[in-house]
Order: sequence, then structure tokens, then C-alpha cells
Amino acid sequence: MPSRPPVQQPPDVRVESPDVQVRSRGPRRRSPYRGYVYVLPAFAVYFCFAVLPALHTAYLSLFEWDGVTLGDWVGLGNYQEIFQDSILRRSVLNALVLVVFFSFIPIVVGLAMTGLLARFRRPGMGAYRFLFMLPQVVPLVAVGVTWRWLYGDDGLVNQTFRAVGLDGVTRAWLGDFGAALIAVGLVGTWVLSGLCMMLFLSGVQKVDPSLYEAARLDGAGPVREFVSVTLPHLRGEIAVAMTVTTVAALASFDIVYVTTNGGPGEQTTVPGLLVYRLAFSEGKVGLAAALAVVLGCLILGIVYLINRLSRSES
Amino acid sequence: MNTATRSERWSGYALLTVMAIAVVIPFLSVFLASLQPAGTPVVGLTWPERWSWDNYEQAWSVAGFSDLIRHSLTIAVGVVPASLVLAALAGYALGTMKLPGGNAVAAFFIAGLTIPVELIVVPLYFDLRGLGLTNSYLGVILVEIALFMPFSVFWMRTHFQSTPPSLVEAARIDGASSGTILVRILLPLARPSLMTLGLLVFMWSWNQFLLVLVLIQDTTKHTAPAGLGFFVGQNSTDIPTLAAGTIIVMLPILILFVIFQRSFIAGLLQGAMKG
Repeated sequence: MPSRPPVQQPPDVRVESPDVQVRSRGPRRRSPYRGYVYVLPAFAVYFCFAVLPALHTAYLSLFEWDGVTLGDWVGLGNYQEIFQDSILRRSVLNALVLVVFFSFIPIVVGLAMTGLLARFRRPGMGAYRFLFMLPQVVPLVAVGVTWRWLYGDDGLVNQTFRAVGLDGVTRAWLGDFGAALIAVGLVGTWVLSGLCMMLFLSGVQKVDPSLYEAARLDGAGPVREFVSVTLPHLRGEIAVAMTVTTVAALASFDIVYVTTNGGPGEQTTVPGLLVYRLAFSEGKVGLAAALAVVLGCLILGIVYLINRLSRSES
Repeated sequence: MNTATRSERWSGYALLTVMAIAVVIPFLSVFLASLQPAGTPVVGLTWPERWSWDNYEQAWSVAGFSDLIRHSLTIAVGVVPASLVLAALAGYALGTMKLPGGNAVAAFFIAGLTIPVELIVVPLYFDLRGLGLTNSYLGVILVEIALFMPFSVFWMRTHFQSTPPSLVEAARIDGASSGTILVRILLPLARPSLMTLGLLVFMWSWNQFLLVLVLIQDTTKHTAPAGLGFFVGQNSTDIPTLAAGTIIVMLPILILFVIFQRSFIAGLLQGAMKG
């Protein structure tokens, strides 16, 4: 933009239209694009090290490439393979099963607790809040190692079953074909239930207490009150909890890698694990990229869907 | 508003307590295991007969957790200040100025919230290797800054949007440049927001696993979580040392959480709501 000569304006105009006054005040009229100088550094880093790699992944997904020699263009062949290969398909299905444990159960638990606790003031919540958020702050790898130990032969889970005389139930949970995926899922339930509960409880605090009183006066019981007062007010929080927990389930690399590494067999493989394995130990970079794109699209689609639904309802 | 009956209160607290115990017991189990004499078979939740801190010494010196912690800190020290500076600058412009296309740019940042590490990690390895940035902390630092930038910009933008516009207007009328307004007026007010963001970014940086696993394949340069993940594969039988290592990896973030729990919890909850 060319620089312009200073424009003097009568004081009364400035007072009436602050917008004009602001622009023309300085020694020269400023380009409205000048502010982008502040945005540029953040944008550059974000673009170069997050957006470009994401686009590069999409590009790589169209090749068959071992990471060393020249790649061969295969078009959508890798995507076709994802839908045909049983292990790859399995990993996506496992991730969807994990959604039940990472997302659905924590939200139900959180809502149930909120329903119970919404009706009265809760002194002493600070300590509970601290404890419930604890699994949110520690590294998931450490969580995984901890649960690997709890699920082990001599771990707490088996110890508990033995103590109550259920010796027949004990097993190496993470190595059991039937139980492994559920066991991994329950780790997610453990991590995310507290977050959901805290989200809902802080949301419920914004509800006008007189609504509860009115419901009481109308003779509403706890269930009725929950359905007609608490639940409608928590719509936004529920959408947020669904988004956060679903993304955590679909991108559950850390916990799975440490607890089962996908085993036994392929019982607990998830897309993240296969992306890592295909690209860096099996030399199928293009296929790994395609799976990463599928995972990214799945996340984007679900986030979009949840936001769409929660908005159209409210 | 205390319309709840006594039994409702009691059952509420009873349930809260049960759930709190369910959260704490895994931590307690791994902590108690870390205090058992090395090499002994450990079962579930066992109170140690003799509190033995040897495993911590073992994990710290022999298993190399002191190095792992140092590497993690190196990365966090690179990531946190840079994230705060870049996000404050961008958030300031996107939150207080009427930039042409500013909303679209903000939306472009926000869209990045859905990018999982899995989506970008494969080409990053090959691209950064070409630049000589694999096995280097600088590479990890740059990627982490980029990965957390959508949230950071969004967080700071929301903060600056909520500051009273009259403050900025008044300063402009006094002839302050946009840089002066940011440094002299807005940043001092933004300290709580910046601190919360700093804590969250530190936490994410500390907990980052897959990215480090791929970009730093030299195990002597691993970070704490990556080292722990590697260690668990190597020494899955030596439970006490492994448990001690797990506690050591959790400890820095736990200490911060104890000190700054208010900012942390508010940040995590608000952050989720805003994201």
C-alpha cells in the first residue's frame, strides 16, 4: 500500500466515528494488513511443521514407497488395500470399539455423577477435583505402564479376584484374546471419566439454582429433574466431552503401544500403531500415509458431526 | 438452595469417594511396587516391609532416567517460551485488530486442533531427516510448537478478545503504536492466561510420545516418556525399578500440578470448552 499524507480531521468527527479517527491518527494511514506481521511467525511455524506435513502425508498416500528407493504411483491403491486388508480394517474397527470405552462410558458415568451431585452444594470438592483430574496430567505412557502392572499375573486386578475367591477369573488380561481390547478400553475409561465428570459439574454450576427449586416445587423427582433441567443445560459440555474423548480413542497410540503393542494377535491394534509399524519397520510408507489420512478424516468427520449435531439441537 | 435430603448428600459423597479411590489406587499400587526391594516378586497392592528407595537410585543412575528427564526439560524449555511469544503475537492481532480475512485465518488455525500426531509424523521423519533435524531436539521443538499452535493461538485470541476494547482505543488515541500497546498494556494483563497456557503447553510437551519415538530414534537421546516406553519393553520383569522409573517420569508434572492445580484444572476444562 502506498503511504499517504497525514489527514487532519476536526476533533468532533473523531469523537463521533472512532473507527475513522483511529486509522487516520498516525503520521500516515496504516494498511489494514499490517497486523499480519504479528500473525506471521505463528502461522509460518504452524504451516511448515503441521499443515505441510499433513498435506505431504496425503501426497505420500498415493505412492507405494519403501522410504529408500523411488516410489511408484499407485493412485488410490493404498486406500483400496486398507478396506481389503483384514488387519488394517481390524485396526479401524478396534479404534471404534475403544470409542465405547473412552467416550461413551465416561460420559455416562460423568452424567450419572452430575445428576446425583447437581442438587446440592458440595463443600470439599477441591480435593475430589484434584484427584479426578490427575489422570489427565500425567503422561499416558506412565498410565500405560501402571496398568500393565495392574493387569499382570501378580497385579492388583488378579490379586483382587483371588482375594474374593474368583481364582477362575484371573488371567493375563492384556495377553488374553477375549479380554485384551476391553482391558485396554478400561484404561481409557479410567483416564477420561474424571475429565467428563468435571466438565459436567462445572457446567451444572452455571445453571440458575431457581430452576432446580422450581422443579422441586413442581414435585419433580431426581430423575425428572435431571432429564428436564440438568441435561438440556449440559448440551455444550456433552458435545465437548464427546469430541475430546472420541479423538482420544481414535488416536490412542500411547496406551496401546505400552500395554499390548497391538497383541495378542491383532486383537488390540489401532491405526496409530499400524501407521508407526508400517512406515518405520515394514517399509510401507505409502500405505502408512494412507492409513494416517483415513484416521485424520475419521477424526475430522466425527468432530464436525458432533459440532453440527450439538448446534442444530440447541 | 439446599433442597437435597441428607441421604442424597451422603450417597453423593460416598460415590465420589469410591471413584476417587478408583483413581488413586493404580498410582498407589505402582508407588508401593517401587518401594519393594529390587528383584523380589511383587504382588498387587503390598505394603513394603521395609521402605527401600534403592530402586529410585537404580532407575535414576543405572537406567538413565536423569538423562531422560534432562532431555525432556531441554525440549520443554524450547517449546514453552516460543509457543507463548508466537501465540501472544498472533492472538493479539487476531483478537483485537480488524484484519481483512482475519476470521478465516483464525479458523485455519482452529482447524489444526483436529490434527493428530499420527497424521503428520510419517513425512515429518523423512523431511526432517533431509534437513538433518532427526535425532535433534530442535526438530522436535519446532514440530511441537507447530502442533500446539492451534490451541495456543486460539487461547490467546480468546483472551485478547475479552479485554475491554476501550483500553486499546485509549492507548491509540494517546499515540501508542500497536507494539507498545501489546507490550505495555495488554501483556501485563494477560499474565494469568499466559501462565495457564504455559502450563498446558509444558504438560503436552512433557507427555509427547509418538513424535519423539519417531523423530529421535537414538535411544540415548530419548525423552522421559519415550525412555519409559523403551524401558518397559526391555525390563518388563524388574517391576520395582520399572515402577520407580514410572514415578520419576510422572513426578515433574505432578509437582507442577500440585502447585498450580487451579490454573491447570481451569485451563484443562476451559481449554476443552474453547477447543
